[in-house]
Amino acid sequence: MPNNIHIKAFGMVAEKIGSTDLTLDYFRDSDALLEALQAKFPELKSVKFSLAINRKMISRKQEIPEDAEIALLPPFSGG
Amino acid sequence: MPRLPCCHPFQEDKMNRFERQVILPGFGTEAQHKLQDAKVLLIGAGGLGCPILLYLAAAGVGKIGVVDGDSVALSNLNRQVLFGEKDLGKNKAETAVRYFQDKYRDIRWEIFPDFISVENAQELISDYDLVIDGSDNFPTRYMVNDACVLLGKPLVFGAIYQHEGQVSVFNLGENSCNYRDLYPKMPSASEVPNCSETGVLGVLPGIIGNLMALEAIKVLTGFGNPLKDRVLFFNSLSSQTYEVEISPNPDSRLAMPGSLTGFEIMDYELACEGIKQLTWSEAMGKMGMEVAFVDVREPGEMPPLECTGLLKIPMSDLPARLSLLENSDEILFFCQSGIRSQKAAQQLKNEFPEKRIYSIKGGINALKTQ
Repeated sequence: MPNNIHIKAFGMVAEKIGSTDLTLDYFRDSDALLEALQAKFPELKSVKFSLAINRKMISRKQEIPEDAEIALLPPFSGG
Repeated sequence: MPRLPCCHPFQEDKMNRFERQVILPGFGTEAQHKLQDAKVLLIGAGGLGCPILLYLAAAGVGKIGVVDGDSVALSNLNRQVLFGEKDLGKNKAETAVRYFQDKYRDIRWEIFPDFISVENAQELISDYDLVIDGSDNFPTRYMVNDACVLLGKPLVFGAIYQHEGQVSVFNLGENSCNYRDLYPKMPSASEVPNCSETGVLGVLPGIIGNLMALEAIKVLTGFGNPLKDRVLFFNSLSSQTYEVEISPNPDSRLAMPGSLTGFEIMDYELACEGIKQLTWSEAMGKMGMEVAFVDVREPGEMPPLECTGLLKIPMSDLPARLSLLENSDEILFFCQSGIRSQKAAQQLKNEFPEKRIYSIKGGINALKTQ
């Protein structure tokens, strides 16, 4: 059986989730994971962020390997 | 006539000033000469810009241009370390450069006491080898990115949010990633608060600015490995870093202006608010579908355009006639040159955030040239 998914959240996304680290049940692909995250944390719908699987940014739906580390990476504007 | 040593003490001074980096294995006089020949343009002399300038000037970059239209405020002083209480109200670019003028005699400075814009970006950037983005808002960040891509200039990027920072190097050589590969969807200004709203410890932009200065030195000299196609995150509370690999994203690049002419008519603030721009051929593809085509030119602007289903709502009447568009889910605005139509789109977006609203790039002028 597949294991868990480890989430690392940054910036505004961590604020909306309320934590920088989170472990979730396994999701087959990035779209399913995003949907589940938005259902669990509705405030995430209002923030744009990129997603990395095992420290590689993805640009479209991708399968999630077992025990993957997923990073939720919002843009920062400050300077 | 042989020159006496006293006639060029400057050169000897210079070697002394850089001795500790020149003796570094792998750096040497060659890298130092590259720095001395380099021209670097810094956008924004704020929390990131101040430390960047301190270290690039100390390292001996030959020419540094500083762009900032903002003036020093008291609340800037916890992190914008080139400024003091006596500088309040003064322009940041001018004040920052003045700080260095008595310190080093071997740097050529150029001051641009204005904000970068689509009108001046090309002229400002063209003369430089490398651009550093220390700005503080999304429209500027996308604008600087696009200008660097179109002009083929490497870009050192850094940004902060509360306790976190991100750093990368874009557009360094062929197929190199840029900001749009990292963040294809332009965020609206209201989505992510900046330092003035969330607060920031001055050390954070100090650290991120230093990382940016380091990347700039690596790009200019070829010393070490710059953060090309990688982005580094730093969290000041946990002192942890996180590195992510980026790869080119063909879709996000389509959203970029395809030419400098397209760049000049782009409104980045609107684009960040979610107003998409379409070309005429993309727009024509939507004809016949349930899309409202709206001409916002004033009566009398030439040439008039006639076709079935076309709505004519002059810009001056738009606020009063927004309700005409109430029942359309998808709306396409155009005008003469593509500027007013972006404003029209923004007005409508404010009123109806759920609608899909577009502005046609270049307006009627672009239709004529097609």
